[in-house]
Order: sequence, then structure tokens, then C-alpha cells
Amino acid sequence: MKIPLTYNLRSMLARPVSTTLTALGIGLVVAVFIGMLALANGFAAALTTTGSDQNVLVLRKGADSEMSSSLDRQTASILASSPHIARGPDGRALVSPEVYVVIPLGRIVDTTQLANVVLRGVSEQAWQVRSNIQLDGGRRPSSGKNEVCIGKKLVGRFPNTGIGESIRFAGRPWTVVCHFSAGGSAFESEIWGENEQVMPAMRGQVFQSVSFRLADPAAFDEAKRALEDDKRITVDVYRESAFYAKQSELLGNILRILAITITSIMAVGAVFGAVNTMYAAVSSRAPEIAVLLTLGFRPRSVLASFLVESALIAAAGGAIGCLLALPMNGVVTSTTNWASFSEIAFSFRITPGLLAAGMVFAVVMGTLGGFFPARRASKVPVVQAIR
Amino acid sequence: MKFFPLLRANLGRHKRRTFLTIASVALALFLFASLRTVITTIGAAAQFGSARRLVTTNATGFVLPLPVAYANRLQPVDGVERVTWANWFGGRYGDGKRFFATFAVDAESYLDIYPEMSVPADQKEAFLQDRAGALIGVRLLDVFGWKVGQNVTLQGTIFPGEWTFTIRGVYTPTDPVINDDAMMFHWDYLDERTGRTGQAGWYILQIDRPESAPRIAKVIDDQFRSSPAPTKTGTEQAFNASFATMWGNVGLLMNTIGMAVVFAILLVTANAMMMSARERTRELAVLKTIGFTDRRLFGLVMLEAGLICVTGAVLGLGAAKLLYRATNFNAGGFLPGFDVTGSTLVLGGGIALLLMLASGIVPALRAARLPVVTALRNVE
Repeated sequence: MKIPLTYNLRSMLARPVSTTLTALGIGLVVAVFIGMLALANGFAAALTTTGSDQNVLVLRKGADSEMSSSLDRQTASILASSPHIARGPDGRALVSPEVYVVIPLGRIVDTTQLANVVLRGVSEQAWQVRSNIQLDGGRRPSSGKNEVCIGKKLVGRFPNTGIGESIRFAGRPWTVVCHFSAGGSAFESEIWGENEQVMPAMRGQVFQSVSFRLADPAAFDEAKRALEDDKRITVDVYRESAFYAKQSELLGNILRILAITITSIMAVGAVFGAVNTMYAAVSSRAPEIAVLLTLGFRPRSVLASFLVESALIAAAGGAIGCLLALPMNGVVTSTTNWASFSEIAFSFRITPGLLAAGMVFAVVMGTLGGFFPARRASKVPVVQAIR
Repeated sequence: MKFFPLLRANLGRHKRRTFLTIASVALALFLFASLRTVITTIGAAAQFGSARRLVTTNATGFVLPLPVAYANRLQPVDGVERVTWANWFGGRYGDGKRFFATFAVDAESYLDIYPEMSVPADQKEAFLQDRAGALIGVRLLDVFGWKVGQNVTLQGTIFPGEWTFTIRGVYTPTDPVINDDAMMFHWDYLDERTGRTGQAGWYILQIDRPESAPRIAKVIDDQFRSSPAPTKTGTEQAFNASFATMWGNVGLLMNTIGMAVVFAILLVTANAMMMSARERTRELAVLKTIGFTDRRLFGLVMLEAGLICVTGAVLGLGAAKLLYRATNFNAGGFLPGFDVTGSTLVLGGGIALLLMLASGIVPALRAARLPVVTALRNVE
């Protein structure tokens, strides 16, 4: 016969301090677990939403990031005339040759703290080619002027980024005419200006990349072959989404490994704690258990009952952990993506799946921790314990 | 210390519980030490830099190059003793999974300005004589199994093509903060293969006295201010510190996790101690009847807590210190000189002490105030 759940619930309430402490311990581990994975998640999300399956990014052959690439004007115009490029509603090719460079900007919290912010010189078409770009206020930079548009994640974190303000880099002032958002992707950590304006201020007469929308998204391989075989140019062709996903690999892996290592160690500590608590609980409740056994409950039921109790405490801890972690959702943090050597800001991203994983993790910890004590409980010798 | 056998007996009564508690404390402090060491290592790298070296980069963005012709205009500046320059090459070896830094440097002057990179004299000569020669950091010998005299080929990323060098020498840094897994080759070779564009990545200047640094920096930056490649000159330390800030919020993250870990373990240990104390009401009462004073019982319980915390601390902190030393860990080159510092150990010890107080105080007070008669009467 099963021992009723109320026994477990009552026992938990009868020892509030120790139950709470164990639950809190497990809760903290779960919170850290969720927090760290949310960080890795947010970073991966920022980079995978950067880049669409329908777009193609062309870099110079061998370049491992946009920054190390350089395409001269001739190459850019050969690429722009490719038949694989889709046409916009106005009939013009949806292709954008771009300048990519990182500039040092002091952070607003401490201007001596420099971040390498991406400055992208784009063509008019970029606003359509690159997906999810939406203006958040203001108007697009006009051609021929020193005007820039600031990505959402930079606004407020760096000085002089408000609309109408003048931000200084490359030895001259640039007027901020708009803010833009890009679906949470890495573009939101960039400053966009007109490519012809940015070019002379920076590297000279070269672009770093050409991106375009595929006329037929299924024809990527064909386009890749055509462009890479073209003898006039030496390029590497990537699907935009695949390229940016690869850029996130290094840092993404580091974050994920960090998350798993830290939480594993913490989890072992938490399991030890759970084991400790349950052992102590069992030994102090020996008379109770003896009574249960004399009443006719089977040792198996006692085992199950204690397992359930530790699982319940752990579940409570898991819930606490989820609640502790939730406020982190959406918090923006930034670091340097070492693959592209540029600042990237991203937000913690907690998904329902992550919360569920946290709960499962908690219950597993509690059950593991509770197993041996529960087994000890079921083996309590009745006569001695009753005494 | 005559009560040591008593303490030991008490702890030995529930061996499993004692072991588990000590293990939890050790784990927590191991994690704490590891996380804090990430912060201290980044901090040490930010502090590193000779007061007599300045770094001049392109003011527009340090990824942009400076003309190599500047060298002739930097040398005559009053206070500048020696000028060298370097370029970031950024090549890839093999599948690129194990990243290492590669620089093109003006070899002779570079090695002069950086005496911290210690190279055996014969290897240095061989390197200087061979234009296609390379100097590698001592760690790369282990990582890839390279040998002096061997050819290595890198895939150029910024400068396309295949680049083959002959390893002529191995450098060993005298300061652990310096990367011991970088590769250097001749700038002249890079310049020639890229068509004599004459571009330097950044300049490093050795100056006569640290106090002259601000003046020299101003003179240099003023000189190039209105040219197409304006300069920004600062101390080497400022240059390194700016790299450290690129880690962003990592420091905050590590600190927060560290605190969460410590707190979690505090709870667990305190819980375990209080539970065991509760069980021993009767025996504590017996001790009191045979003459142990309240104060002594208080001390006994606190000391028990202390023993557990100290043992856990020694194990956890010791393991951290020894492990990273023994494996020569450096996070794949990103955190050179990863070593648990004295301050981390002291802080860890402090946390153990706090743990002892927090987990011991309540049971110790209860033991001290225990009313003997009622305690003896209770069954539990």
C-alpha cells in the first residue's frame, strides 16, 4: 500500500528550516544553470538570426571574417551583375557591396573602456537585402552626407548615439539620423553609414563584402559554383545564415562549456547537500518509519515515499530557481566576438524549454540525492527504531 | 588541543555525513577559486606593460595600418630610444581549431625591445638570417609537436595564399602573462609578398624615462594628426588594458556566479551542521553534567564546524592551485598565466571562516544554553 502524500507534505512542513535550506540550495544551482544557458542561448540567437537562408554573402577567398576580406570595385561590379540576384519591386538588383571596419568607441559607463564597434558602410539596397531591418525612429542616411544610423543595442550604451546628436569617429563628426532594429541579430550592435562615405575614411578603395538576395533560394549551390568558378574573381560564397552561425561557434562553444562545467560542479555539491539532508532526515525520523512499518506499510513503500519527498523538495527548489532566473530574461550584455573581433551585444534568452530543463535537472538532483537515504529508510529495523 | 580526540570522534560518528559536507565545501571553494582566477588573470594582463614602452596605433581604428615610413619620423623624437613595428597576420594552421596568434615583426628591433622573450643566442641568429624563418612560442612545441628546423605552412586569411616558414627559434617568455604560444616572422617577408605596400600594423617605442611618456605621446600624435593615417600613442599598459575591457561583462558574470555558488554551499553546510547538532542534544547534556562549561561546549561545536570548513577549504583551494599549475592551463591561449593568486586563496580562506561562523553559531549557542535536566529527559 502506498504511503499517502500528505505524510511527506506534513513532514516537509514540520521541518521548515531544513526543507527550505535544501530547496534554496537546489534552487540556486538551477538558477545558475538556467542563467548560463540563457546567456549561451542569447548569444547563439543573436548570431543565427543574423543572416537569412535566402541571402548570400561573398568574401574574398580565404578570408575567415568580414574584417579580413577585401573586394575591389571591379570584383564588386562583376558580382553585382550576376544573374542569380533577385530583383526588388523597383526592378533594381537586391545587392549590397559593403565596407566593414571596427572602430574604437568608449562605453558610456566609463569612456576609457573601449569597445570595438562595427561600422558598416552599406548601399541603399542593404535595407532590403539584409532581413528584418526596421527603422526605429528617424530617417535613412541620405546619399553623399556624413550621416549614420545606429543599431538598437548601441543606443544608450555609448555616448552621442541619440537621434540628432553628432558622433565622432575617423577624424570627423557624423550626424545620427536614425536608429534601427534587426530582429535581435548582431546587426543591432552596428553603426550603418553609406558605403561611399565610409570607404575613404577607412580602408581605401575596397569593399569587404558583397551580400545579395538569391533570386531562387533553392539555387544557392548553383550560384556558389558559378561565382567561385568565375576566373575574373577569387571569392568564397556563403549562405548568409551559415556564415554567421559559424562566426558564433567559438564564443558560443566557450559559453556552453562554461555553463556545463560550472553547473556540473555546483550540481555535485547540491546533490551532496540533498544526500546529507535526507540522511539526517531519515535518522531523525527512524521512530516514525518504524511506526509506519508496524502499521503494515511495506519497506518498498517507505523507499518510494522518501524518494518522492526528496523529489518534491527538489521540485520546489527548481521552481525557486526558475523564479530567480526569470528576471535575467532580456537583460542586455555585451562582449567581444573574438572571431570577428567586434563588440556584440545580446540579451539573456530564457525559453520555456530552458525552464523545463531546469526543473528536470532539479528533480534529477533531488532523486539522485534521495536514493540512498531512502533505501536506508526502508531498512530501518523496526524494534530498535521504535525504542 | 586536548579535546582533539573528542572532536575527531564526533566527526567520525557520521563519517558519510562529514565526508559529504567536506566535499561540498571543497567543491564550492574550487569553483570559487577557478572563477575568481579568470578575473585576476584578465586583470594581470591588463596591468602588464613596461612603463618604458609606448604603443602607437592608427587613431581611426587600430585595425587600420600605419605607413612604415613613420618609423623614420618616430625615431628622431626626443626621448625615443628604439622603434619597432608589428602586423597582425591572422593565418590559420591546419583545420584552425587550435588558434594561435601570428605576427609579422621587424625582427631585430622587436627582440631588442622585448627582452622578456628569451631566445637562445644561436636560434636568434638563425632566425635573423633566414627571411622566411619563424620564431615560435615554447608551448607550440607541445601543442603541435613542431621541431626547430621544420617547415610549417599557414593559410593566409587577411593576406591570401599559402605561407610557408621554417622554424628557426623558440622563445620562452620570462613573464607568465605574455602569451607563450604565438608565432613571429619577418615583416620584410610580408611586405615583399604583398607587393611592397609598406604598411605596419602598430609601432612599439622604447623611451628613455617613464615620465617622458605623456610628452612623447603628444609630440607624436600632434605630428600625424592631420595626415590620412593619424596616430594614437599610449603606454603599453593602456594598450593591454583596452584589450582586457573587450571581455565586456565577463567579470561581472563571474563574480555573480561565484557569489551564487558560495551562498548555495553556505546553505547546504549550515543545514547539515544544524541537523547533526540537533541529534546530539542528549550527549551534549551529558557533557554538561560531567562538568563541561557552557563556554567550552560553545567552543567545541564551533571548532567542529571549523574543522570541516578548514579541511574543505584546504582541499578545494589546494586542488585548484595544483590542478591549473600542473596542467599549465591557459584556456586555449586566451588566458595566459592562469594561476590562482595569493589573494584568491586568502579570500577563499575568509569564506571558509565565514562558513564556519554562519553554520556553527546557531548550534553552538543552542549547545551553550541547553538546560541540562530537560535535555536529559527527552527521548530524542
